[in-house]
This record gives sequence, structure tokens and C-alpha cells, in this order.
Amino acid sequence: MTPLLQVEALSKYYGHHLGCADVHFTLWPGEVMGIVGESGSGKSTLLNCLAGHMPPDTGRVIFDTRDHGPRDTVVMTEAERRWLARTDWAFVHQNPRDGLRMNVSAGGNVGERLMAVGARHYGDIRAQAEDWLGRVEIDARRMDDRPRAFSGGMQQRLQIARNLVTGPRLVFMDDPTGGLDVSVQARLLDLLRGLVRRLGLSAVIVTHDLAEARLLADRLMVMKDGRVVEEGLTDQVLDDPQHAYTQLLVSSVLHA
Amino acid sequence: MTAYNFAYLDEATKRMLRRAILKAVAIPGYQVPFSSREMPMPYGWGTGGVQLTAACLVPEDTLKVIDQGADDTTNAVSIRKFFARVAQVATTEATGAASIIQTRHRIPEAPLQEGQILVFQVPIPEPLRFLEPRETETRTMHALEDYGLMQVRLYEDIARHGEIARAYAYPVRVEGRYIMDPSPIPKFDNPKLDNCPALQLFGAGRECRIYALPPYTRVESLDFEDYPFTPSKAAGQCCALCGAMDSYLDEVITDDAGGRMFVCSDTDYCATRVAVQAEDAA
Ligand SMILES: Nc1ncnc2c1ncn2[C@@H]1O[C@H](COP(=O)(O)OP(=O)(O)OP(=O)(O)O)[C@@H](O)[C@H]1O
Ligand SMILES: [Mg+2]
Ligand SMILES: [Zn+2]
Repeated sequence: MTPLLQVEALSKYYGHHLGCADVHFTLWPGEVMGIVGESGSGKSTLLNCLAGHMPPDTGRVIFDTRDHGPRDTVVMTEAERRWLARTDWAFVHQNPRDGLRMNVSAGGNVGERLMAVGARHYGDIRAQAEDWLGRVEIDARRMDDRPRAFSGGMQQRLQIARNLVTGPRLVFMDDPTGGLDVSVQARLLDLLRGLVRRLGLSAVIVTHDLAEARLLADRLMVMKDGRVVEEGLTDQVLDDPQHAYTQLLVSSVLHA
Repeated sequence: MTAYNFAYLDEATKRMLRRAILKAVAIPGYQVPFSSREMPMPYGWGTGGVQLTAACLVPEDTLKVIDQGADDTTNAVSIRKFFARVAQVATTEATGAASIIQTRHRIPEAPLQEGQILVFQVPIPEPLRFLEPRETETRTMHALEDYGLMQVRLYEDIARHGEIARAYAYPVRVEGRYIMDPSPIPKFDNPKLDNCPALQLFGAGRECRIYALPPYTRVESLDFEDYPFTPSKAAGQCCALCGAMDSYLDEVITDDAGGRMFVCSDTDYCATRVAVQAEDAA
């Protein structure tokens, strides 16, 4: 089997300031990789480099493309990367405002990716949008409302629908529950878990929450100061942490 | 001795403009930047169109200028007078007799012919502007044919109004490639853009952009399969002066008592029909 994503020696600096350094990992089809670590440890930096939002300084990000097999996305043309971004990849931002068009209706937000790859039948686009709104538990009657009229949790669910509607082969999520009230987080997490299971998603998910990592991720990477300090099966990492920092992280949750 | 070079602009400026025009013709629908010159009229008065006309004019040309279809509005008259003075070219109101037609907001009703040039005055050349205000981003979207957002705009129209509620500046796809703003012509005129024998040039002075449709270019109005483009106008109306059923009509108020009638917006088309009818009656 070919890995869906293979990351080699990836580093990113902001000037002299370290973003993330020397990251290696492999993601297999159907697998969910979780990334945890304290604020500023480089999680978003890594995710943005993987998704082609910014170029890493060194390293390779090899993605198994549909038509041409494994290719290093770092050296692709911008046009090729953008094409991947609107077909095979999806990106869920922590803040739904960064991932939604706030002045476009919910239906239009979900339909955009369909239209971007050539859908030209209004009725079909609407039917698919309605189906996806249902899957993320948004009432179809809200379809023509704009997201600014939605609660934070609804906005985040809408962003997820907008991303998954075209059946992406790889989903990036940057702490999708991070900006929400604790009461709303649980519902979103439940929904995410259902989608991941049912669709067999391949995903890289950054999270601030170890419980969330346990529910969603098959494997886990722990980051500190821009580096991956531990990586393994999620249950192993959380039940039997090897690195002192991971031990600290796990115990701080236990005692919280 | 005249105070101006032929057609007002100096030769170096005209050469720069012609280069931009050639590039625009080579890449139909693509917006070519150019350095817009000060013209002796304010922006919003067709300075983009005037510069294109100046760059295309030769002494043998016959120029027609229309504003909303009419030859006799202030704007049209002043541009026509301007070129009559600075280029000493012949002018006309007859569409068929003109070699260059500068227009704002309309395409003449009489079919254009090979060898004619239609110059449009354009206020806002970027069809994606209202969706994405960043110029760097819209350029990338054109370069990568990333046009989902344009279709979203039409989707939103249908979702809100039950139809694509865009009567003017209705966006088009050129040769299956670039999406283009046809300037604020009524969508009624959109079919005339397609496969047109004349060269069509578009100039935006304030925004410093030129784009073009070479003769016989394929131009399609954007739509959905189940909501196809319709170039409709007020149904069942005909011109009160010439009886035309197939022309674009303006509603005019005829008296203080609120009397109204519909007449052709293309004054030359209407007058020509009225003259022919008078001859036939005689
Ligand atoms: N645009 C930037 N310019 C300069 N430094 C940056 C920039 N973005 C991030 N950094 C720095 O890079 C490091 C990693 O930041 P990053 O945002 O990747 O962390 P993170 O793990 O996502 O944190 P959080 O959990 O708070 O989202 C931090 O030290 C941060 O201050
Ligand atoms: Mg972050
Ligand atoms: Zn008439």
C-alpha cells in the first residue's frame, strides 16, 4: 500500500524564530493522525505547511495524487496545489470565520466546492447542500441564511459540511473545537467522530484536547518547541507516555 | 499649426496603447494593464474608451459615439466633437456607416460587420471584484481558472430571488476560458457579443485595464443548466415610434401628468426604421 502522505525532514522558520523543525511522519489511507502540544509548539505551522498554505524551508511533503501517484507538493506549481486544495484536500480552520464566506448563504457555502469543480445544475447543488446540512445537524430551513446569523457551533458544523461535500481524500483540521464553549465542544466532537468513522476519513487533526485526540485519532504526535517529541498509537502514547513532556501533559489532564 | 498630435495623444502613448490592445486581442477576455493617461475629461466620462479610440483612429475613419444607445446625449456629443476637432475624422450617427463606434452601456441593434471596431467604456473591469476585493487574489483566480466563486454569486441570486437577478453587466465566459465583465450593457445585448464579426475593445480608464474580443469569439453568458441565461426584456412591449418588437426599449416620460411610453434606446436604429416606414407609406 502507498502512504497517502509522507512527510520528510520538514522545517519552517519565521526569520530566525523556529516554527517547526525536522518533522517526519507517514499517514496511511483511512488513518487519522492527531497532533497535540502546548500553545506555540508549532502545530498550526506544521499543518499549514502540509496543506500548502505556506512553503516550508526544508523537507518534502509527498502526497499520493489521484492521477500521478506520489508527488512532492512543496515543489508543485501554485496552480497544482490550488487544484488539490479544492478537490482532494479540505481544511477546517479553528475559527469558522476563516473558513466560511460570511456574506454567502449556508447553501452557497456548501455548494462552492461543488461549483468550483464544475457543478452547474442548481437543483443538484442545492440537494447536495441540503443533504450535507442535514449530516451536520443544521436545519434545512436555515439553508438560505448567512452564517453570521449562526451560533459558533453551527458555524463550525457548516464549515465542516462545506469541506466534506466533495469527498476530499485528505482533511486537515486545526483545532476544530478549540474556539467553542465547552458545552458545544462535546456535540461537535460527537459529530466529528461519527463522520470520521462513517466516511473512513484520512485526516490530520490538531487538537488542544487529549480526550478529543483519543476519540478521533488512530495515531498521535506530541509537539514541543517546534519538534515532535513522541509519536505512536494514540492509546499507547496516552496510557504509557515515554517522553517526560508527554507524561506531564497527560498527568496535567488527569489532575485537572 | 495645431496644438495637438493627431487624435490628441502623442505617438509614444498610442504605441503603448496599441501594444496593450494587441496583447488583449491575443488573449481574449484577459485584462491587460496599461498606464492610463490624463484626458481632457473627468474619469467616469469614458476616458478608457476615449484612449482606445484615439489609439485606433486613422484619418480615413468614420466615428460614431453613443451613450445608452443615443447619439445626442451630452457625453456622446462631447466625445464626438472632441475627435472631430483633434483628429478631423468624419462622424456619423449611422451604425452601418461607422468604422469605429465608441459606446457606453449599449451594443447597436443593427448587426455589426467585419472591419468595424466597437469600443466600450468600462467603469469596473473586474467581474470578481464584489466577491473578492483583493486584486492579487482575483488575478490568481483568473490565472488558475478558479471561478467557483463567480458561480456562487449566481447561486445566491437564485436562492434569494428565484432567478439570476442581474440585468446589467452580466458576466460572460470567453472562449471557455476567461470570465469577463461586458461593461454595464443590458443582458439583452449579451448575445450580440458572441461570434460578432466586429472587433470589440473594452477600456477602463480609472482602473487602467484593456480587454478585447477579437472577431468571431465565442462568448457565453454564465448560468445553470436548470436556470439557463435569458436575454429577456419587458415582455410584449414594442417601440411607440417605430413599432420594433426586437429592440431594447427605454421607458420615457412624455408629460407632466405621468404619461409614459417605450421607445428604442438605439436612436439610429429607431430613426432609420421610421424613415423607411415613411418612404414605404409615400
Ligand atoms: N506568522 C508568524 N510569524 C512569526 N512567528 C510565528 C508566526 N506564526 C507562528 N509563529 C511562531 O511560531 C511558533 C509556532 O506557532 P504555531 O502557531 O504553529 O503554534 P501552535 O502550536 O499552533 O499554537 P496554538 O496552540 O496557540 O495554536 C510560535 O513560537 C509562534 O509564535
Ligand atoms: Mg495553532
Ligand atoms: Zn423604435
